[in-house]
Parts: sequence; structure tokens; C-alpha cells
Amino acid sequence: MSVSAAPPPRASRASRGSFFERLSQSRNGLGLLFMLPAAVFLLCFLTYPLGLGAWLGFTDTMIGRPGIFVGLENYEYLFRDRVFWLSVFNTLFYTAIASILKFALGLWLAIILNENLPFKTFFRAVILLPWVVPTVLSALAFWWIYDSQFSIISWVLMQLGFIDAPINFLGDPWNARFSVIAANVWRGIPFVAISLLAGLQTIPASLHEAAALDGATSWQRFRRITLPLLTPIIAVVMTFSVLFTFTDFQLIYVLTKGGPVNATHLMATLSFQRGIPGGALGEGAAIAVAMVPFLLAAILFSFFGLQRRKWQQGGND
Amino acid sequence: MIDRRRFLAGTAGLGLTLPFAARAFAQGSAPTFTPESGASLRLLRWVPFVPAEEEAFLAITQKFTDQTGVAVRIDKESWEDVRPKAAVAANVGSGPDMVMSWFDDPQQYPDKLVDVTDLGTSIGAANGGWYPGIESYARRGDSFIALPLCAIGNAVVYRDSHMKAAGFNEFPKDTAGFLELCKGLQAKGTPAGFPHGKAVGDGNNYAHWLLWSHGGRMVDENGAVVINSPETLESVKYAMELYKTFIPGTESWQDVNNNRAFLAGQVSLTANGVSVYYAALKDPAMKEIADDMRSTNLPIGPVGESVELHQTSTISIFKHTQYPEAAKAYLQFIFQPDNMNAWIEGASAYCCQPLKAFESNPVWTSNPIHAAYAKASASLRPNGYAGPLGAASAGVMADYVLVDMYAEAVTGQSSPEDAIANAERRANRYYRV
Repeated sequence: MSVSAAPPPRASRASRGSFFERLSQSRNGLGLLFMLPAAVFLLCFLTYPLGLGAWLGFTDTMIGRPGIFVGLENYEYLFRDRVFWLSVFNTLFYTAIASILKFALGLWLAIILNENLPFKTFFRAVILLPWVVPTVLSALAFWWIYDSQFSIISWVLMQLGFIDAPINFLGDPWNARFSVIAANVWRGIPFVAISLLAGLQTIPASLHEAAALDGATSWQRFRRITLPLLTPIIAVVMTFSVLFTFTDFQLIYVLTKGGPVNATHLMATLSFQRGIPGGALGEGAAIAVAMVPFLLAAILFSFFGLQRRKWQQGGND
Repeated sequence: MIDRRRFLAGTAGLGLTLPFAARAFAQGSAPTFTPESGASLRLLRWVPFVPAEEEAFLAITQKFTDQTGVAVRIDKESWEDVRPKAAVAANVGSGPDMVMSWFDDPQQYPDKLVDVTDLGTSIGAANGGWYPGIESYARRGDSFIALPLCAIGNAVVYRDSHMKAAGFNEFPKDTAGFLELCKGLQAKGTPAGFPHGKAVGDGNNYAHWLLWSHGGRMVDENGAVVINSPETLESVKYAMELYKTFIPGTESWQDVNNNRAFLAGQVSLTANGVSVYYAALKDPAMKEIADDMRSTNLPIGPVGESVELHQTSTISIFKHTQYPEAAKAYLQFIFQPDNMNAWIEGASAYCCQPLKAFESNPVWTSNPIHAAYAKASASLRPNGYAGPLGAASAGVMADYVLVDMYAEAVTGQSSPEDAIANAERRANRYYRV
């Protein structure tokens, strides 16, 4: 029985050999094989944590205690929680203002750096410094700059006689919001500027020369040549910039921890505060999951609003 | 540094013979732990605030290693980062064998901790008993899930000359007098300052004192939220009056800001651990401040007794350790009187003893500035008083519910009643109503 049931060893080797042979000859098979490591990596380190996070948001899991399924209870509470809504407002405000400023200033810087300046390479390297410095270190520097008693800005203004008392940078809600936005903009400009500079350098100089010969002003050349050709890069850069800004954590955590009275709490910092030190993993996860629709909206806006413009393919809008 | 023999001789002269006789008896019945073969341990602790404290702790640990052959690796984390690190270790069942944690951390994951009732009972009995407040952090019912290690005393530090210039010869004992002093300091341009920002330690110490000194409580004995009370309202109104006298910017203060402002001469009065004194002492440029600095306990409010939160640290063993016997032996070794006395002395009044027998440690009388910190363990009330300790009390503190309540009201963002109602709603979430 056993003899008749077992397939001949030679046949087995041949079948295995032919499988790998077929695989090595198959375009699709090889493609799948080569994608496998990346797929496993993404499944383990992206899909699983994201799925787990989404699941935790539907449970009342606490640190040290497994939770039970509570449906939408976490979201129902958050819907009525004014601290959560304040953090949503703060996050949107922070992201919108910081992203607009980073884009405007970054584009301006990129255009300047694209000109034939003396020491161009040096300036391009220096511009990257805020991006290279670890966020925590730059945040600590800003912490001192914004200190309620020892701020260098306040000190200079007091020495010049413009103000009588230190500016309450991080103690007043609106001052604090604009202060953390300024720190984020300072840190984020290099990424936008250098990326857009790379985009600018792909624009053929002959287009500008031809336009100049036709009598186009510099504004017209920027509006009709630079901006349209740069839009795909802008779409990608701003998508990343918005994502980085929306999920910012370190800057806020060092500068204010969300204060004063939660005026600078972002969804990311509130999620951490409730989930880890507060122990409410389920609620913390729910706040984190609540960020996803906003992030998706930002991505979709960038791709469909900026990237797929018909005029880029020669048509009209 | 004192050794055990000298300590015993000294304390016998102070009439403490009886507790030590009891200890000797109890030690006879103390459990013994034999470290597992090849055992080694990892302890996660907070970054020391006083270098000599760490030196003393490391010396004790080295002595333990020399005597038992058990190597102990000590990992340090910023004190605010110990909680998340320990929580993750508890959750995933991997990482350090022991943790020196804060407040009610052990109560968040009691099932993940080794029962140390045998140690807690024997060490307590041998050393005059644990202080009740600090003991409650380490107990779960009749069991010990951790051993109380110390209270980080919080006390008022102030500039004596500035107080006198404000018209006060003595520091006021009650909250009404304290408000008058703060008004006087502000009038002289040398204001006080207490943190209303996200200061985990100093902010919570101040907020809890405000609440408790006026008779308010977050929850009752059954864990029902009772923060919305006339007493709380009085405390908020008092905080609003005090806030008017503060240096501007305290809404953004984190734990380090009050130290910096005091040492820079920007504020004349705040509350802090004794570390602020040693920071001034070691810098010759701050000699004037160090000489002028005094300490005292926060004033007594309408409730009529001294009640404060203070930071507390416990030490616990994770169940995932491979070497529970070695870990227990290590803890037992730390709490041996000569070791514990050496550690308390090394901490220079930063760490207040968890056991009554160590009240007579010479550190408390070695410098007048230490005296206010000697009573920390005795005046300590646990977080979430008067309710049970656990995930809810820990969560309420970590989410700054009380700190935010006062900050909302004093900055005028909410009316006192609205700020209290908001705190009640947030606390109810943790206590799940």
C-alpha cells in the first residue's frame, strides 16, 4: 500500500523543478515573488498595527487589562467631549496655517535658490539645517525662545523699548497656537523648499527664454510656465507636508504638552495622553483612528485636486 | 555616611529602642529568598534628581551583587517616560524585571506584578510600619503588589528677605494669610508663581493641595465622582485670587519652569522638591539665593489639617521576570535598615522614607531647609482620594483633569462652575458613570 501510494521520488523532483522553472519563466510569477518581501513587511508593520488600532478603538482596553468590544462607545463619548473637538480644531488650524505658510515660504525660497546666486551650494546646504536638526532639539530651542520669563525675543523687544513685560508666548491660547505654528513652519520649510527646488530644476530653461523673447513678464513666466510644470511636484510635496504636520507630535509635546488649557492639543498628542499615560488604550486608539478620515481627505484633495488637472495633458480645466 | 551600628546606637539614645527591638524580632521571621541559579536582573528607574541619591542606590546594588552574585542592570528613563515604558513592559510581558514607578502605576496593571505581600508585611513590621498614604499605592486589598519606596517631598520654598519686605515676619500658616503674603509679594515686585500648565508633578501637587485644603475631593470612598461640590468651588475661587498675584505666564509652566524662575530670581515663592535648593547651593553665583531660601509646608486651608499629594514612588516586580526570587532578595536587601538609611541620606531630603523607623534619619536635622520635607510621607494623601486607587485615578491625573479645571477657571476661559462641571464630566469618563 505504502509503495503504491508514494509518488516516485524522481517524479516529485521533476515536478518541483518544473514549478520553479515555470516560476522563473513567468513574468507575473516573478513579479509576485519580488513583491512578496515588501508585501509581508507592509502587512506586518502597517496593515496589522493599523487594523489593531482600529479594533482597539471599538474596545475599552486599558493598559494591563484586555478590553471588551464596546461598539461605538468611545466615539460617542468623544463626540460629546469638548477637549476632543478642541483638539480637532487645533489640528486643522495648525495643519492649514502651517502648510500654507510652508508652501508659500518654501516656494519663495526655492525660486530664490534657483537663481544664479553667489555661494548657491552653500546656501542650499544651510537651508537644510532646520530639517536636519532632530525635532526634539529644535523644539527645546524654541521652548527657551518662547519661555514666559527668559524669552530672547521678549528680552530684545524690552531692550529696544517696544514692550514693558515679556510676551506670554505659550501661556495665552492664541499666542501659543501661533508660536507652535511658527516653530513647525521653521522646521518644515527646508523640506518644501528643497523638494520644489528639485522640481524647478527640471523645467527647461529654453521655455523661459522663449517666453522672455515673446515679451512675457517674470510674473507671467511664473504663472504660465513655472507653476503649471511644478504642480505635480507641489502635489506630492504638499501631500507629505500636510501629513507630517497633521500628525505632528514631538514639537507640541516638548513645547506645551497641549497647554495652555488644551489650546495646542493636537489629535496626536491627545491620543497619546489618554492612551499611554492615561492608560485608556481604547479611547486613545479611537482618537488616532478619528484622524484617518482627515488624512484621507487631505491625500485625496492633493491627488485629485492638484495632480490630475486636464490642462497638464494639454486640455482645458 | 552612617553604618547600621552607629545608627542603632544613635537612635537608641533618642528613645527608639522599642521599635528596633520589635524589628529585631520581626526580622527573625522575615522570609528568605534564594536567587535562582544564574539570575540577573534589570531595573527600570527614573533619572535621579540628586546625584548622591543615585550613587547611594548604585552602591547598595553593587553590594547586593557582591554578596549574591546576581548582576543588576539599572536602566534610567526621564521620570515622565517611566510610566509608558513600564506600561508597555507590563502589557507585552517583556522588558525590565522590576520598575521604580510613580503614583498609582502598579494599580494599572496589578495582574502583571508579582505578589510581594510577604516582603511588604515583614519589612513593614520590622521598621515601625509603612505610612498609610504611601502604603495604599502599593496595596491591592490585603496584598502588596509593590513596595512603597519613597515620597518626593513637595514644600513651599521662598525668599526670606522678600517675605519680610512684604511685611511678614513669619510664614503664614493658613490659606487666608498665604493669599495676603502673595499679594504683598506682588506689590513689592517679587511675585509668587505656581504652575497651571501641564506640569505632571508640580502642577498636580499644587492643584491637589488647592482642592484638598478646601475640603474638596475628586471621588468619594466608593469611587463616585464628587468634584462638583461647594468646597471645590471655594477652592477654585481661592485659586483665582492667588493667580492674580502670580508672575505672568504660569499657564504654560511645565515642571521645570518654576525652578528656573525661582533660581533666576523672577519669583520669590513657589513649591518644589528640595532639588531647587541644591541647584542654588552648587552654583556660587546663586549663593545669595541659597542663603536667603527657606522652606515650609503648604498652608492649611479650611479643612484644618495639612494635606498634600507629593509624588510617590514604588518598586514592583513584573510577573514576566525569570528570576522572581532574586528580585525579591534584591528588594529585601534595599530595605535593610543600613541600606535604606544610606539611600535616604544620599538623597539629601529629596526622598522621604516610606517607613516610620527611618524618621530619625539624620538627614532631616542636618539642614533647616530639609525639615519641611521630612513630613511628606506623613501628610501624604493618595491620588484620587478618597476613592480606590486604580486605572481611573491614574487616568484622571494623567489626563490633567484637576490641573485643567483650575487653569480653565483662573485664566477666565471658563466660569468656575463650568470648569468644575467639565472636570466632573471628564472624571466620570474614567470612573465610568
